[in-house]
This record gives sequence, structure tokens and C-alpha cells, in this order.
Amino acid sequence: MSSTSTIEKNSAPAASESLHKMDLLRFTTAGSVDDGKSTLIGRMLYDSKSIFEDQLEALERSAEITGGGEVNLANLTDGLRAEREQGITIDVAYRYFATPRRRFIIADTPGHAQYTRNMVTGASTANLALILVDARKGVSEQSKRHAYLASLLRIPHVVVCINKMDLVDFSEERYEQVRDEFMSFVPRLGLPDVTFIPVSALQGDNVVDPSENMDWYRGATLLGHLETVYIGSDFNLSEFRMPVQWVNRPGKDEFHDFRGFSGQITGGVVKVGDPVVVLPSGHRSRVKEIHTYDGNLEEAGCPRSVTLRLEDEIDITRGDVIVGEDRLPIVAQQHIAEICWMNDQPLALRKKYMLRQGTSTVQAMVSSIDHRIDMKDLGELEDPTELKLNDIGRIQFKTSKPLVYDSYRRNRMMGSFILIDPATHDTVAAGMLKEPENRMPVSVLAGPEDFVI
Amino acid sequence: MSSHKLSNLEYLESEAIYVMREVAASFERPTLMFSGGKDSICLLRLAEKAFRPSDFPFPLLNVDTGHNFDELIEFRDRRAEELGAKLIVRTVEDAIAKGIATPTPGELSRNRLQIPTLLSAIDEFEFDCAIGGARRDEEKARAKERFFSLRDEFGQWEPRSQRPEPWNLYNTMVSPGQNMRCFPISNWTEMDVWEYIRREQLEIPAVYFSHEREVVRRGGQWLAVNDIAPVKDGETVETKNVRVRTVGDIISTGCIESEASTIGEIIHEISAARVTERGSRADDKVSESSMEDRKREGYF
Ligand SMILES: Nc1nc2c(ncn2[C@@H]2O[C@H](COP(=O)(O)OP(=O)(O)O)[C@@H](O)[C@H]2O)c(=O)[nH]1
Repeated sequence: MSSTSTIEKNSAPAASESLHKMDLLRFTTAGSVDDGKSTLIGRMLYDSKSIFEDQLEALERSAEITGGGEVNLANLTDGLRAEREQGITIDVAYRYFATPRRRFIIADTPGHAQYTRNMVTGASTANLALILVDARKGVSEQSKRHAYLASLLRIPHVVVCINKMDLVDFSEERYEQVRDEFMSFVPRLGLPDVTFIPVSALQGDNVVDPSENMDWYRGATLLGHLETVYIGSDFNLSEFRMPVQWVNRPGKDEFHDFRGFSGQITGGVVKVGDPVVVLPSGHRSRVKEIHTYDGNLEEAGCPRSVTLRLEDEIDITRGDVIVGEDRLPIVAQQHIAEICWMNDQPLALRKKYMLRQGTSTVQAMVSSIDHRIDMKDLGELEDPTELKLNDIGRIQFKTSKPLVYDSYRRNRMMGSFILIDPATHDTVAAGMLKEPENRMPVSVLAGPEDFVI
Repeated sequence: MSSHKLSNLEYLESEAIYVMREVAASFERPTLMFSGGKDSICLLRLAEKAFRPSDFPFPLLNVDTGHNFDELIEFRDRRAEELGAKLIVRTVEDAIAKGIATPTPGELSRNRLQIPTLLSAIDEFEFDCAIGGARRDEEKARAKERFFSLRDEFGQWEPRSQRPEPWNLYNTMVSPGQNMRCFPISNWTEMDVWEYIRREQLEIPAVYFSHEREVVRRGGQWLAVNDIAPVKDGETVETKNVRVRTVGDIISTGCIESEASTIGEIIHEISAARVTERGSRADDKVSESSMEDRKREGYF
């Protein structure tokens, strides 16, 4: 045979032709232990034919080892050995599957109270949260917590699967009770889009195929819903933002003048010729070129990675943010945020942490904790003395340099940050910035005269 | 506005470019592990997309088992040259000679011996971050792997002490003695990789396409006849049309019977496939936890 071969063009069979044009839905799953989360995911993978022969073989082998002999769908998703030994999932695991209509990434997070940290991580990138409720037990404290986290992280869509319907005789009345119970606290959380589906993960009812046992339910199956829920506007497409990641300066003769600012667009759309402002410096310029390896673009939108070249020679480094002229972001050193504490070492007031937001890394010092969320009833406990692992609370803090951001409510990519312990380098918190109480005007340096917007 | 919505592949590409640029901006001495396999071929294209017209801000590193499909080495060297990239090769053979890697008696596969070889190369060049082409869909133990995965001095991965990675905010800090592995295509599936190869019209080594080859049945799979683990008594050599789904040590890389001779046909075959990619590597079959064990030891 020849030593290498080149690829063939235009030889694609129709079946998979459309795959690269499909869009992607990222969802997170949460449920208390034993609500059936692993079984449900296993069922979804199984019924959508996303399980391969060798995986099944391994499942069957482990069924023999653990006794019982019955294949346990939950084992498909229970990852690491430590977890298998303890019989619980302890970390975020990512799963992938596709149907002819959409590609899916599942962030599978454990259901323990103490693992809020993992749920926050899984939820941070999700378009949709899937919450499981055991039909027999009704809405648990855990379910409320999950719904709260979905609202805190501003996941646009929530699906509540009322599971184990087979154990309540597929009763419509029971389904409605549980649904109403759940709905009773939804208004307080302000979840924009909540859908309920009665399922039996174990038997497969309404997971991929419509249930024959619940003809009273006329809605979509879980997979049907996941395939069709509208996610077109889940990114902020109104205000252009691009945190500069890396300055591209080839230093070669042929690209002598090339100086590009590389980054991922985290909000809005940018066009060639658009006026832009570089923050925090406030310098103004125009977009000369939107460079990509595949050729220059006339315009580009969130979340594409591009390289911008500007009309003017401005000093720009990593951490700066290139933004559109109207609706400038917040530029401030004093901040308010909700955070989830993720480390065994509790939050220390007045200690210097490193803070990472956008592409900038600065020092941060927390001056006060306004309140802590009581995860039992989701109430706010005023003036707590500390925030510990898995606690959620609101803090006031300062940074050593100005941060350029939008409130998390407006833009998830621009309003999120992590805190890093400078000694251990652990990621100790995930935070969501709020609109500051007094928003200061942002100074923009104009060409001829300085002005303030 | 909706025209700006990215497709699945565009989204994954943008994410991977972002991650690569984070490496370039955050580390002093990164490297990209290039094996000549399909995943690392995608990594090279992503590096072009992230950094052109500049040169790559890192050299390529290959840990060569010496147990290769012939054309792989030629391909590896040629590709690096075409890209104008610096290629560093460290061989398991050499590591064994220097006593860095020690085969256990009877151990023929060199997959495990790649670990000390890689670690010693990282030491030698003081790399603080190694970019690899691992994907979370490959194996259960990988499902929890991070984009930026911290290794201690022994290259070990500790599943319990991995840093949370909310949003796209990566903590790239390393302490002395530690170093980072970075996996820009964590969220890609095998299918995404093939779709990307097709979309980008990337050249791949010929072993990925159907070809006639002498094979023997061993450990439940077809293995290429080779000099390192010769045909044993009782085994029959057969000639079949096969291809590989993944390239590793030739003595444990299973060949699958296939007539797929174009990328399109491969994609078609995979959509109908019933065996996951790692299922065609003999060393993973040993136990369900074998990948996890190797990871703890520093395999990627
Ligand atoms: N009868 C019934 N049992 C279920 C259903 N879903 C899950 N289970 C069982 O509930 C138990 C816990 O399920 P598992 O998926 O491990 O729960 P997890 O802890 O939420 O991941 C297992 O014994 C399952 O077989 C269901 O729809 N009906």
C-alpha cells in the first residue's frame, strides 16, 4: 500500500452529511441520590442507541461481578472506581450523544447536598437543567436546591422529570400533585422556562419513546423536548465584547505590520469598520480586519474565536477588553457578587486572592459577606461570619485593578469569575457579578477631546 | 443575528482555539504532543487556527514506542516539516536503554512504557504544559477529566483533587514540581473528529483507511502481523481488508474489518458502528478500570 493517502472530497453518504451543521445543547442533570438520575441517562443513551457493544459487554461483566446478574443502566454513567466503591457519583462527568437532530453534552453532577460545588460547575455552561423528582416522595429539599441553583446560574431552560411513575401506577393525579408542588416555589426563583415530564427511567416511559401507560400525557418525551427546545438566543448577541487573550505578532518580514488581538467573542457581534473602545484604558479605534485562518470575515458573533486588527496603534495586552461603543460595560474596582465557595478552607475576609474574570487576572480582597443562603429553605441569613465549602452567599469585594464586566444577569461569560488561593493555587470559588450600587461613568478617550459616556 | 449561531463543529472549534490560546498566554514552556494519530492531527489544525500567521508558540513532542505502523513516522515527520514546527522525538527504546523505563518480564506492549518516557521528556525540556488530544468520550475514566489537568511530580492524576472548571475560566497556575496537561478537544466525540477531518480536508495516515493486511486473531481482535509479537503456534494468519480506528502500539492496536476507503465511508461506518474506539485497543480490555490505573500513573 502507498505510504500515505490524502482525503477524498465529496464522498459523504447522506446519513451523516448534516452532522457538522447540527447545533449543540449542553445540559446538566441533578437529582437526589436514588431518584434515578443514572438510570435515566443510561436509558437515554441506550434507547437512542448511543451505547456501544463493548460498553455493554463491560456492563455485563460488571453485573456478573457485583452479583444479581442484571445489567444496571446506571453503571454506564458511574465513572470512577472510587465512586463505584462508594456507590455514589462524586464529581462532574461529561457524556456525549447525538441524535439525527442535535448533539448533546451532559454535565452529570452528583446529587449530594455537599456537592453544590459540582452542580455549580456543571450548570455554568448549560443551556438546560434537567431536574429529577421521585414521584413517590414528591419535591424534596434537594429538588428545591437544584431549582435554586439553576436560577442562580441563570440556566435558560429547566425540565423537571417526575420519575418512577411506574411505582405510582402511572397516576395523572399524583403527577399533577408533584408538578403543582414544584410550581409553588418557581415564581420566587424566577425561572423563565420550566417543563414537566412524567417518566419511568427504569422502564423507558416518555424517555425516548412515548409512554403507553400514560396516555393522559400529551407533551413531548424527554428526548423529544431536548431535541427541539429553542436555544437560539442563549448567548448575549446585543453588546459586543471581546476579552483579549493573546496578542498575535508574527515578527516575520512578510507580516511585518501584522498585529492582531486574539480572543473569543463573549457578547454581541462585530463588523469591519465598527467603532470600538478598548477598556479599561478607554482608547478608541475602528475594526480594520476580522482575521481568521479561513480568511477574513465581514462580521463575527459570540462565541466565535477571532483575531481583530484595529485602525490605530494602541497599546493592548491580555486582560484588556475590546467592546462596542454603545452600552459600555461596567469598569470598577469595588464589586458585589454571589459566590459559591468550593474549597475546604473557608473564605477569609481581607485575605488576598487571585481573581480570574474574562482574560484578566487581578488580586481581590473580600471586605464583607452580606448574607449566606440557607440551603434548607433558601432564605438569606444576614451577616454570616464565614462561607464554607458548598456555601453560597453574597459578598462585597475590591480588586487591585479595575475589572471590565457586565452583570452576570446580562451576560454569563462577562459576569463570571473564579477565585484562586495564591498559596495552594486551588480554585476556591465561582462567582457571579452583580450590577454595582453606584455605577460609575466609564471614561473614554476620544480622538480630539476626552469625553465621558 | 441568528446567522451568527455556531454549528456544533464551529462551537467545538472555537472552544478548542480558546483553550490553545490560553496555553500560549499562560505558560512559559508548553508543548503539543503529536503522535501522527487523527486526534493530534486535528490539534495541529486547531493550532494553525489559533496562532497563524505566527509560528506555533510551542514545539511538538512525540513519544515514539518504536512499535509503529510503518507510515506513521514518515507522516509525523513530514507534517511537522510542512507546518514549520519544531519536532522533538523521544523513544521508549532510548528510555529503556537509559533505565528510565523498565519493561516487566513478558511485557511486550509499550503503551505503559510511554509514561516514564514522556515524564522524562517533560523533565528534560522543563515543559510546564503538554497539550494532548484526549477526549472525554473515549472512556469512562476520562469523562471527568478537565481541560486543564494538574499532574504532580510523578505525573500522577488525582481524581479527587482536580480543580473545578466553571464557565470557560481556567485556572492555569502550577506550583514548582507540578505540570499541566491540557486537552483542547475534551468535548469532541470520535464522530466530531472525523467530521472535522472531512471539513478541513486534513491528510491522515493510510492505516486509517481500508487496506489489505495480514492479521491474526488474538485477545478477541484482529492484530496486525508484526515482528515484535510474532505469530504463535495455533494462530492462523489471515489476509483481510482492515483499517484501524485508533493508532497505538502496533502489537495491541486492533484492526477492524472494513471496506471504508474514504473519509465519507469511515463516517458512514462509524455512524453504524457497534464497538467504541477504545474497544479496539487490547490493553484497555484487561479491566474496566485499566485506563484509570494508567492515568493515575501519568498516562496523558
Ligand atoms: N421502579 C423504578 N425504579 C427506578 C426508576 N428509575 C430508577 N429506579 C431505581 O432506583 C434506584 C436508584 O437509581 P439510580 O439511577 O442509581 O439513582 P441515582 O442515584 O439518582 O443515580 C435503582 O435501584 C434504580 O433501578 C424508575 O423509573 N422506576
